[in-house]
Amino acid sequence: MSLSLPEVKRVALLARIEITDGEAEAVQGQLNNIFKLIEQMQSVDTEGITPMAHAQDVVQRLREDRVSETDQHALYQSIAPQVENGLYLVPKVIE
Amino acid sequence: MINASLKQLATQLAQKKISSVELTQFHLDRIARLNPGLNAFVTVDAARSLAQARAADARIAAGKAQPLTGIPVAHKDIFCAKGWLTTCGSKMLANFVSPYDAHVVERLNAAGAVILGKTNMDEFAMGSSSETCFWGPVRNPWDRTRVPGGSSGGSAAAVAARMAPAAIGTDTGGSIRQPAALSGICGLKPTYGVVSRYGMIAFASSLDQGGPMAKSAEDLALMLNVMAGFDARDSTSLERPAEDYVRALEAPHTGDRAKPLRGLRIGAPKEYFGAGLGSDVGAAVEAALAQFEKLGAQRVAVNLPNAALSVPAYYVIAPAEASSNLSRFDGVRYGYRAPDYADLADMYRKSRAQGFGAEVKRRILVGTYVLSHGYYDAYYLKAQKIRRLIAQDFIRAYEQCDLILGPTSPNVAFALGAKASDPVEMYLNDIYTVAANLAGLPAMSIPCGFGEGGMPVGLQLAGNYFTEARMLQAAHRYQLATDWHLRQPAGVE
Amino acid sequence: MDWETVIGIETHAQLSTVSKIFSGAATRFGAAPNVQACAVDIALPGVLPVLNRAAVEKAVRFGLAVGATINRRSVFARKNYFYPDLPKGYQISQYELPIVTGGVIKIPFEGGEKLVHLTRAHLEEDAGKSLHEDFHGMSGIDLNRAGTPLLEIVTEPDMRSAEEAVAYAKELHARVRWIGICDGNMQEGSFRCDANVSVRPKGSAVLGTRCEIKNLNSFRFLEEAINYEVRRQIELLEEGGQVVQETRLYDPDRRETRSMRSKEDAHDYRYFPDPDLLPLVISAETIEQIRSELPELPQAKRERYMSEFGLSAYDAGVLTSSREVAEFYENLIRALGGGYKLASSWISVELFGALKRAGMEISQSPISSGQLADLLQRIQKNAINGKQAKEVFDAMWNGEGDAEAIIVARGLTQISDAGELEQVIDGMLAANSKSVEEYKAGKEKAFNALVGQAMKATKGKGNPALINEILKKKLAG
Repeated sequence: MSLSLPEVKRVALLARIEITDGEAEAVQGQLNNIFKLIEQMQSVDTEGITPMAHAQDVVQRLREDRVSETDQHALYQSIAPQVENGLYLVPKVIE
Repeated sequence: MINASLKQLATQLAQKKISSVELTQFHLDRIARLNPGLNAFVTVDAARSLAQARAADARIAAGKAQPLTGIPVAHKDIFCAKGWLTTCGSKMLANFVSPYDAHVVERLNAAGAVILGKTNMDEFAMGSSSETCFWGPVRNPWDRTRVPGGSSGGSAAAVAARMAPAAIGTDTGGSIRQPAALSGICGLKPTYGVVSRYGMIAFASSLDQGGPMAKSAEDLALMLNVMAGFDARDSTSLERPAEDYVRALEAPHTGDRAKPLRGLRIGAPKEYFGAGLGSDVGAAVEAALAQFEKLGAQRVAVNLPNAALSVPAYYVIAPAEASSNLSRFDGVRYGYRAPDYADLADMYRKSRAQGFGAEVKRRILVGTYVLSHGYYDAYYLKAQKIRRLIAQDFIRAYEQCDLILGPTSPNVAFALGAKASDPVEMYLNDIYTVAANLAGLPAMSIPCGFGEGGMPVGLQLAGNYFTEARMLQAAHRYQLATDWHLRQPAGVE
Repeated sequence: MDWETVIGIETHAQLSTVSKIFSGAATRFGAAPNVQACAVDIALPGVLPVLNRAAVEKAVRFGLAVGATINRRSVFARKNYFYPDLPKGYQISQYELPIVTGGVIKIPFEGGEKLVHLTRAHLEEDAGKSLHEDFHGMSGIDLNRAGTPLLEIVTEPDMRSAEEAVAYAKELHARVRWIGICDGNMQEGSFRCDANVSVRPKGSAVLGTRCEIKNLNSFRFLEEAINYEVRRQIELLEEGGQVVQETRLYDPDRRETRSMRSKEDAHDYRYFPDPDLLPLVISAETIEQIRSELPELPQAKRERYMSEFGLSAYDAGVLTSSREVAEFYENLIRALGGGYKLASSWISVELFGALKRAGMEISQSPISSGQLADLLQRIQKNAINGKQAKEVFDAMWNGEGDAEAIIVARGLTQISDAGELEQVIDGMLAANSKSVEEYKAGKEKAFNALVGQAMKATKGKGNPALINEILKKKLAG
């Protein structure tokens, strides 16, 4: 399989990465090479194999419901691009 | 001094032959002298390091020293360390001063180790050559026209050039073992879940694992004793009784002094010695296998039928997880925000387009694509199934043998830029390393000779789940009988 | 043409935990911006989620309370999309394997009951808030709410009118509060409904294109929004237009729904199992433990009140309108050792009347079930009559102390001494010979007049039953 230019642009949009037409063309070639490598997966029959999502076959641990965190927003916001009155500022959100 | 083991350094510190401040300053001086040519460190903060060193000296004086107390350790710039610039090799985090410590950093600090500095790496650990760094490429101390391997290339070069007695790195598809091999040092990727991922900036969550990089198996054991341990803040961290990896080193497998590895069954799967393997690397690895046999190990036949599929499956799973893990870098709460943008969507697109480098963007696109509607089953799910097949291959193989030995990388360190233009050729460097990450198994690399251009060759030792102690013991025995790990590059005296 | 409305409801119920679903930050409402947004909630690089036990147990509680299947193994998945109030760029939710599947809610319907079937209920984390008041053309982001545990409860498209939808929402609301998993505060967003609305020609088996309406934080808005949306869709179709599947926002001021532009860029959430969280496995023991702690549900209580206590369906309904009311009633009859109907009428008439006038919840009642029991016991013992009891009740409500003190202070003791009453009645009869004549002449009504006179003569303190008895005797003689 190979990605069309519109597909490359659609994926870039989904990933919120600005991409120029020139970049899209360059990336298209590289992605298609990568997918040639990936296509090798199709050579093996995986019928009935359980997908493996985790490296260890263990189950989720639960934490007790108690408050362990204290207010650190001043420290956290000291590295934020733009804050005001304790809020993170972003370009207007349209709903 | 530069070739002293961590144990020897600890003894000298304990006997007050040297102070931690002196030891730290000694390495800071070496960094000042050697780093400009190698670019292994991206952040050095002498004041902070020396403050830690003074505290360590006080602790030693108070008789409260632990094995690593006062010993400087280089940290891959992927570990969050409170008050330290933590950039993960990216413009996206070029200004990110971490407000908290990773679990591994907490443990090293608690042990009294000194943070010597933050080491250079491929951006977000995506690379096998340490060339995708925002801070410029790392150079191989054995030949500065060559790469040190990646992504933990800065940590590897720092130890190889003796700028640091030991370092920490992370391994998602070989990022500890491959640079260790290409830079002529030792590196260990533990069983998934043995070292907490809390505070390790995520690349591919189900594959990432932190581990030590040092000059010898013995040093690795000392480091792992401190790094390994349960952490309630990481759901994938495993609750299990603590092991003493150092003590295990001495455990003789048999009474026979000449044959300390008698009873150890080693497998060398043919899949790791086929096409694509450099003849120089192959020769060095064969010699190492012979040495293991000489030490009493017994060679048995094993095979890993799906080995060839590990790279394709890895390059679906790792980018898929990465594409989601890296979504938090949006220019809202920290990190890079584009200076000019039309609206919110434009702010996201520009910040991420400008903040991420080419390789990271490529992998985000691949990952986004394989998870997107209509492709999930054909790619992501298929890769998860192949992942299971690969894990099953190993489980079967470990019924036949205790350790799997083979090359860590198909070739020795290559020239800077040699593979930069072709991602796929770069990815194929991981052919022998990614399987351990997919299966969650422990694996390590130790020096076993030299190949083309006098560049180091790495031997990979892979074991079953939680057999780090056994692997380290075998490697230690090999290193007691050989001196490859003691060789150091020219020009770093 | 005749149209049929088809409605499915998705409810986000905020689980009443003290800490967040994946972090140890507090969930208290109304804190200053971002003070309850910890490292995990703001998604600092390197942080990881760990699941809150209480959130899991409350989800199981819900499943058991609606007769659903508790999935012994469920999986957390990432729902990927970019939004400033979503710090990680993905929401941790459950997708293919939710914790709860199935279940049913019964709603009152045309005198009988209608079943609304549940598709599933799954655990997920809430997002933060975007504050749109102007910060020089920018929006402010508050992440205090990010990571608050939610149970998303999804129904089948079983409802056929706004009224049914509201009845379902109210029943669900009562249910989650009854079992103590959600405070149900709709103003604070603890219970939010989205409605999937479509219309189709009556008799058609295929579903029409649906629109999802968001931001329905009151039952009234839910009803208004659905009715508006149904009208909109029918008009659209009758003008030969087409309904586009989209997310719409209800605007309570304009009383209309409008398309949400922000949600429009072709969605692809790229769900996949969260590699940071392992499969959630719940043991049979845990499920049985939670089942054993589950309170008796309203339905069962209602039926028991009718069969055991002989209450009417209406009274049983009133007394099970909330868990607090039922508890008050059960404490009362326990103290009385019976008196089911007496207790029932005093709660539904006197107590509810007073609460309504004062605009109070039963939990705020100044009269405890113990105090009320003390009063009702005196009625049972004929120590006071109903009229006096009401007076005592009002005095109690106004904080004049308990029944004993009030009765003494106001001299509200009932005369049940036959001798004393006979004297009074003899005097009264003498003074009312006319009525006596009328009665004897067969004018039954005159008897009541005489009773009234007797009560008057005892200043209302006479025991009515005894007065009747004595009068009959004397008039017969």
